[in-house]
Amino acid sequence: MKGFFRRFYIIIVLLFLYVPILTLIVFSFNESRTMAKWGGFSLKWYGELFTDTTILNALFVTLSIAVLAALISTVIGTVAALGINSLGKRAKSMLIGVSYIPMVNADIVTGVSMLLLFILLKVPRGYATMLIAHITFCLPYTTLSVLPRLRGMDEALYEAALDMGATPRQALRKVVLPDIMPGIVTGFILAFTLSFDDFVISFFSTQGVLPNLSIYIYSMAKKGIKPEINALSAIMFVVVITLLIIVNKRSPDVIATRKKVKNRTSTAQYEEQE
Amino acid sequence: MKNKRYALPYVIWALLFIIGPIIITFFYAFGQEHFTLEYMAKAFSGSYFSVFLDSILIALIVTVICLALGYPAAYIVSRMQAGTARLAIILMVLPMWINFLLRTYAWRALLDDNGLINQLLMAVGIPAQQLLYTQGAVIMGLMYDFLPFMILPIYTALQKMDVSLLEASSDLGAGRVKTFTRVIFPLSLPGIISGVVMVFMPALTTFVVTELLGGGKYNMYGDLITEQFLVTSNWNFGSALAVVMFLLMLVSMVVIRRIDKDGEGYLL
Repeated sequence: MKGFFRRFYIIIVLLFLYVPILTLIVFSFNESRTMAKWGGFSLKWYGELFTDTTILNALFVTLSIAVLAALISTVIGTVAALGINSLGKRAKSMLIGVSYIPMVNADIVTGVSMLLLFILLKVPRGYATMLIAHITFCLPYTTLSVLPRLRGMDEALYEAALDMGATPRQALRKVVLPDIMPGIVTGFILAFTLSFDDFVISFFSTQGVLPNLSIYIYSMAKKGIKPEINALSAIMFVVVITLLIIVNKRSPDVIATRKKVKNRTSTAQYEEQE
Repeated sequence: MKNKRYALPYVIWALLFIIGPIIITFFYAFGQEHFTLEYMAKAFSGSYFSVFLDSILIALIVTVICLALGYPAAYIVSRMQAGTARLAIILMVLPMWINFLLRTYAWRALLDDNGLINQLLMAVGIPAQQLLYTQGAVIMGLMYDFLPFMILPIYTALQKMDVSLLEASSDLGAGRVKTFTRVIFPLSLPGIISGVVMVFMPALTTFVVTELLGGGKYNMYGDLITEQFLVTSNWNFGSALAVVMFLLMLVSMVVIRRIDKDGEGYLL
């Protein structure tokens, strides 16, 4: 009986979380244009999705920014982790403290403060400012994903490599890099998903002039969202589930790193080791 | 392996794009060339201050509801078998992959006068209710968006707990209530704190949910800031409002560090 109630509660919570998503997916097959009425089954929105250049452009902006921001922030973050790991205690904790700012600050504050910077420097708002903003809020996550890996690493291995005649560069590439790779991958995935999901910071750092998916959806939201967007989100949902199943089979940890939520816990574990 | 110079690109980036923008925001908030407290004072006066208090109240309500609903969920999942628990957690994380604007938008279709919920109500003989564009819709929407952020950290804290502690507690004669209040709850506190912060600040500064589900009638602090930057182009005042949120964030960090002394914490 107790078991029944527990399962029942979890099912209710899950139902609550999924009702809106199922609604989106169901209405992506709706013949009629509005989400107010069911007009019969149809696949037409899926067809129109692939001819709608506005949506495809927005999708391109979102995807390309996510890939670039994740790549660049992973490279800078990994190098930074190597550097931070070599610093003295005070400098280290100061840099880590600064890294926390974009993680805990309200998105809107991060967004408007970046906008003010771009206004002051007279940088025209657009793709570049969006990319800079995304790299900035991804950087702490990539850096702090690699850092605990470095700390856990046995430095004697690196010295052994040098003793055996490896140049520092070779030792870094052949010894250190493979060892910290899981942290790098985790950071990359985190950065990608954070960037992919973002609305508020994108919106302010561009003043809305360059629509990525979120900004485009926002601009439509009050008038009513095109059903093509429902079709797109249904496709993305299926893609994500498929990826999750594949990733989950390979390494369960990666899923656990999704979103700030879990990342906060991993940085906390890092703090614990301090 | 040790090379301090590697930190340099990051330091430069952080100075330019993390520290720099914050300094500029303060600069604007205090009147650019001529120092003035005018904008900061305005942020704490009249209708602006009441929006501040209202948003704090709403954000608190959302946080409490999320905690009340999320804690039992996290607890139940933490007591499940490893495989089932993982499935449950994956299922709870999955919705976050769908754009949150879209998820919020879907609620409009559900809460609409002719929406699914009202149709269900009418089917059982209850007259249709005005659900959309109410305070309740805003609270529900925020709760929907942030519930997983409450469940996950609490689950992580509970899951780390050593089960033998519970056995020890009951061996020593504590009842179930006492075991909960004296053992389980204190051990899950870091998770609770983390969850509370991750729900409270985003709820306080939202502007999408209030627009879509509240019809712009129930402003949160985020709406206020957005308005200054996008509608009235009053950057000085907008910056002052942003500074208020920045300071609130700093204060909450200090409080958390104090509560969470041993650095157990899931936060900073």
